[in-house]
Amino acid sequence: MLQKSLPALAVVLAGCAAMTQGDYRDRAVQMMKADFNERGQAKLDRLDQDETQAQCSRKPADGALDKEVAAHIEKTNLDRVRYPADGKLLGDWRAGEKIAQSGVGKQFNDNPKAPAGGNCYACHELSPQELSYGTMGPSLRNFGKTRGTSEAVQKYVYAKIYNAEAFTACTNMPRFGYKGILTEEQIRDVTALLLDPQSPVNR
Amino acid sequence: MTKGFIGALAMLALGVGIARAQPDAGTLRGIEKYREALAEDNPAELWEARGAELWNARRGPKGASLAQCDLGKGPGVVKGAYAELPRYFADADRVMDLETRLVHCMVTLQGFSAAEVTRRPFGGPDHRSDFEALAAFVAAQSKGVKMNVSLDHPKERAAFLLGEQMFFYRGGPHDFACATCHGESNKRIRLQDLPNLTDAKDAQRAYTTWPGYRVSQGELRTMQWRLNDCFRQQRFPQLKFASDTSIALTMFLAHNANGGVFNAPAVKR
Repeated sequence: MLQKSLPALAVVLAGCAAMTQGDYRDRAVQMMKADFNERGQAKLDRLDQDETQAQCSRKPADGALDKEVAAHIEKTNLDRVRYPADGKLLGDWRAGEKIAQSGVGKQFNDNPKAPAGGNCYACHELSPQELSYGTMGPSLRNFGKTRGTSEAVQKYVYAKIYNAEAFTACTNMPRFGYKGILTEEQIRDVTALLLDPQSPVNR
Repeated sequence: MTKGFIGALAMLALGVGIARAQPDAGTLRGIEKYREALAEDNPAELWEARGAELWNARRGPKGASLAQCDLGKGPGVVKGAYAELPRYFADADRVMDLETRLVHCMVTLQGFSAAEVTRRPFGGPDHRSDFEALAAFVAAQSKGVKMNVSLDHPKERAAFLLGEQMFFYRGGPHDFACATCHGESNKRIRLQDLPNLTDAKDAQRAYTTWPGYRVSQGELRTMQWRLNDCFRQQRFPQLKFASDTSIALTMFLAHNANGGVFNAPAVKR
């Protein structure tokens, strides 16, 4: 048995010596699939990448994102944006503020029946009252004040929250609508947080 | 100066009318002071003491201590061992980090089963973890030693390259990779500074302060715990303790920290 497997092992080792980046990637994926346990709502299929995730898993050494690939990512993700059927894009900014504050949702220890948060403050400055904000994303202070609330701006904000990859290929921002993190109503509320003139973001 | 200028440019580019000063510089200074005060009286010493006891205690079916455990610098040599881990171990024909090696020694020297000893990798309100105590004890004996993790063995090199792939691997409902939060310099999540673990300086500062006493949890936490909890927040399933994936990622992080002076267990928020 052992002797039989030795030539096979030699082939594997010889293969290792000439392993390409792609080979390491495949082996890393295999390894990860063996090394996680399903827990709560986090099943192993979360390790399966969609096309955008695969194209955006890039090391600094890979260099700048190819322009055609970037355009492809943005186009396919823009096609995935679904606007509310009733055309109403602005919700309640007060509810939006709560969603922006909440970081729960989709973790293996979270209640899958409870609504998820958007955790906007983890990365963005929004309302001036909240000093504990992150800097991974740009400041959104006065977002609506500087852009107005035209239908075009509303559609852009709704779509950006729904699927940020439609506008910035390989952004760090999650695709809240497309990936089912936030509901249509929640995205409307966060859109209002950014655009409503009464929202603290614009005051 | 340059940073401020670029920041101002970025704000203009974003169409933000008013350039804002950092409103939280005082808060950040406060947090820093709090950390310094805590570091003077680090509760990690309690874990170190219990780890030393565990290391020397005769335990398991074989009634043996871990005093002959080879952490890479010869049987029983603890001083400086953590600063060279993970590494390839010929007796197991595998790259191992500290916790994986401890499991190996508990099995081979003490006669425990691997399943038995890995039942409680992390401590909680109602139980303690032997690994957190042992890791504190072993890591503390690398204080002042420069990180020196080798990639000379082909399996060490492979572990590093696999860990690199994993670090940049996006997945889950949020499309997060390790690199999402730890691939850029000078960023924060809320008020917490995020180390860029692909940058030598940041990687050194971060890696050389784990294991750490986590004030918010009242627990001593290891690198295995750190990875496990990062993946939870990444919305991934749960990383298996002492798995090859955890070792490969640790290899990537530890090697990136080479040259940094080890200074753990530290105090964490």
